[in-house]
Amino acid sequence: MSNISATEDHYTSTGVDNRKLMMWIFLGSDCLFFGSFISTYLVYRNRSLVGPYPNEILDIPITTVSTFVLLMSSLAMVMGLSYVQQGRQVLGRYWTLATALLGMVFLGFQVFEFTHFAHVGLTPRTNIFGSTFFTMTGFHGAHVTFGVIWLLIFAFSRLASSFRQKMLIFASFLSVVITMVGIMMTETLDVIPHMPFSLAMTVTIIGILGTIGSLYLLRVPDTEPEKISKEEENLELAGLYWHFVDIVWIVIFTVVYLVSAKDGAPLL
Amino acid sequence: MTTISYPTFIRRPNEYASGIWGWLTTVDHKRIGTLYGVTAFIWFLIAGIEAILIRIQLSQPEMSFVTPEVYNQLFTMHGTTMIFLVVMPLSAAFFNWLVPLQIGARDVAFPRLNAFSYWAFLFGGILLNFSWLIGDAPNAGWFAYAPNTGVKFNPSNGVTFWIIGLQILGIASLAAGFNFFTTIINMRAPGMTWFKLPVFIWMTAVVNVLIVLAFPVITVALIQLQFDRLYGTGFFNPAMGGDPVMWQHMFWLFGHPEVYILILPAMGIVSEVLPTFSRKPIFGYSFIVFSGIAIGFLGWFVWSHHMFTVGLGPAANAAFSVSTMLIAVPTGVKIFNWIGTLWGGSIKVNTALLFSVAFIGMFVIGGLSGVTHASPPSDAQQQDTYYVVAHFHYVLFGGSLLGLWSGIYYWWPKFTGRFLNEKLGLWHFGIVLLGFNLTFFPMHWLGLDGMPRRVATYPEGMGWDVSNLVSTMGSLLLGVGVLIFIYNIIYSNLRMPKNASNDPWDGRTLEWSIPSPPPHYNFDVIPEVKYRDDFWYKKYPELVDNTHGGGSDYEDQENHEVDHADIHMPDPSYYPLFLGLGLTVMVGGLIPFTGHWVVSAIGLIIFIWSFLGWSYEPVNG
Repeated sequence: MSNISATEDHYTSTGVDNRKLMMWIFLGSDCLFFGSFISTYLVYRNRSLVGPYPNEILDIPITTVSTFVLLMSSLAMVMGLSYVQQGRQVLGRYWTLATALLGMVFLGFQVFEFTHFAHVGLTPRTNIFGSTFFTMTGFHGAHVTFGVIWLLIFAFSRLASSFRQKMLIFASFLSVVITMVGIMMTETLDVIPHMPFSLAMTVTIIGILGTIGSLYLLRVPDTEPEKISKEEENLELAGLYWHFVDIVWIVIFTVVYLVSAKDGAPLL
Repeated sequence: MTTISYPTFIRRPNEYASGIWGWLTTVDHKRIGTLYGVTAFIWFLIAGIEAILIRIQLSQPEMSFVTPEVYNQLFTMHGTTMIFLVVMPLSAAFFNWLVPLQIGARDVAFPRLNAFSYWAFLFGGILLNFSWLIGDAPNAGWFAYAPNTGVKFNPSNGVTFWIIGLQILGIASLAAGFNFFTTIINMRAPGMTWFKLPVFIWMTAVVNVLIVLAFPVITVALIQLQFDRLYGTGFFNPAMGGDPVMWQHMFWLFGHPEVYILILPAMGIVSEVLPTFSRKPIFGYSFIVFSGIAIGFLGWFVWSHHMFTVGLGPAANAAFSVSTMLIAVPTGVKIFNWIGTLWGGSIKVNTALLFSVAFIGMFVIGGLSGVTHASPPSDAQQQDTYYVVAHFHYVLFGGSLLGLWSGIYYWWPKFTGRFLNEKLGLWHFGIVLLGFNLTFFPMHWLGLDGMPRRVATYPEGMGWDVSNLVSTMGSLLLGVGVLIFIYNIIYSNLRMPKNASNDPWDGRTLEWSIPSPPPHYNFDVIPEVKYRDDFWYKKYPELVDNTHGGGSDYEDQENHEVDHADIHMPDPSYYPLFLGLGLTVMVGGLIPFTGHWVVSAIGLIIFIWSFLGWSYEPVNG
């Protein structure tokens, strides 16, 4: 025993890592944070004096898609953490990146929704629905953004052991992005004029091929499943955080898009 | 130690640095505790001066010592400062000093986060008080009721300073709350199970749970108010469908647990002081612990008793009235526990004990007047009168501050190695107690006679003149008492020998087993705990039979010679300071006065830089 550490990492009274314990306490605190926003929203239902009201503006199908994307990101998070804990560094990083990407797609949907609402005439200043809706979903989006940054920093820090692996991860990441872009192009064919269908299909196929190819090359096992480092344990914290933010979204989705979707002019 | 290469911005100082840099970069819980204590005491003096100015203005009818505008700023800042910058951080000073020492740890769970809490608290407090310098201090009361705080009725920058300052202080408190609760759960010495913890640690745990759960609520309320003021949302604006009463709900949902955040640390301190000077274990340990938990729990169901006159309806008023009366039960239990601890003890009277005993007396008075507002009809008479002012000063000054002073006299030799002068201490105690009662007792009559709070003056011939004059005299006497305390500190540092032994009071808890002041690694060997008040039974093993029915099972523990160079403490760090600074500049840039996005951007850069620096600093210890 050459070193007696002050905040001994190996010994805690409960056996739970200090950082993980603190993350749980933080999440408990965050429950009250979102709880306050959601309660405010519920208290102020049906109290807007002018439109647009929720029943005029909320688009349930689009938000269902973005909710699905966020839920899938939780699945990717589980995969990433599982691989990292098995010592399969590269695949772990890959899935972490996928999680961050899905989170970004969700954020993209949110940006789209916010700008769309603003165009239609709903801003935080318009009515009390706008005030409560934008602050609640906005702070949720800020949480997702923080999670995305955290995951990206994790994924790119000491990314992989070799240059080849780094490039492969980057290539696969890029391919997924290209795939998404391609899919979006096919979806918006009727909106954006003069876009040839063949171009959209080509982009999509290139993306899919790139994804499959880089994943195939990445399937080689990692050099040595070494001992899990402290930074890698951090991914578990990021995972707890990410799942929590997802759960909060499920509550917000339920409250806003399911419960109050038919809310209209004030019930005075 | 092998050196690890890591991306670095500033090299981490890797020694127990001395001098000013030692203090700026410290992550040592004892030093941070001292910083908290000193800073909070300076703000105590500022808020005390504000109080005396208020009292001078009220000393006679129709006084024009300060204008009504300044008067509003004075009572707002007095309340805000005393709550967020004095009582909470003074309690935090004790948490910092005592939590690791009493649970047998070498530091808190997250030493750098701990330093960050302090710096954020310091800068947040400076930002809040900066509003005085531009002559635009907050003026809407510490409760900041909407729509008084709306930009329509209050276009000055004061309220924005208040919002932003409180946000930063809230972040500091939250960080400290996460840290201390984790520390108490996870860093206890081997064998120290939950029901062997000192009562002070229990109360600290309850307080930090309350902080962790209550502060997010005020954070959200402040965000909403800030958006209303700066960006035109309508949360508390009826013209847009908002509701000012919503602010009251949000504020008091935080504000009532906050009351227990302020009082429970003092209750914990008293529960340590009384057993030591009675030479008896605390009477009814589990009762006092469960009462503390019950107070923390019930504290969430009473907030609307601040709003009995709002008109929430008889059902809500009745429910909150019952829950408020209910919370008097665990509080009363504690009073009997403390009396039971004193009862039949071999009491040693000194300043620390006197402050604790005075705490019990004054807190009972404040508690009884508090129960009288639990009844809505009676509260309707007392609302917004000096009766309420009398009540909460009896619990906050007569409770929290006397308890904290008791703790200061009790632990001063442990913190500094010197005693505070007993003779000066007795004068301090006597004058403060007398001044306190002279100041606040007449307010009961004034309030029942209908004198309203928060009004800058009062007309002649209301029969309030004498009481107000007595009250003002009392406040000046209080000021004298505080001056004696300051003199006592100076005297102790200059004249008293540094001769405090490890255990000058024949104490019961672990901090008395180590030198005074403690070495920076606290414990040579992390103690192994077998009993509640373990140190006491180590000193008096013959007492073990009587209390626990078993034979003494302490083996003679050999005194291992420990090579102190091997105890590896966390290195100091610059980043907590810069993170706190960056946060304050970033958020402070939102205030229209200082405000420019450039200020926020500079703050954001400092914040991100120190955040990354913090993250990549090697974690060693």
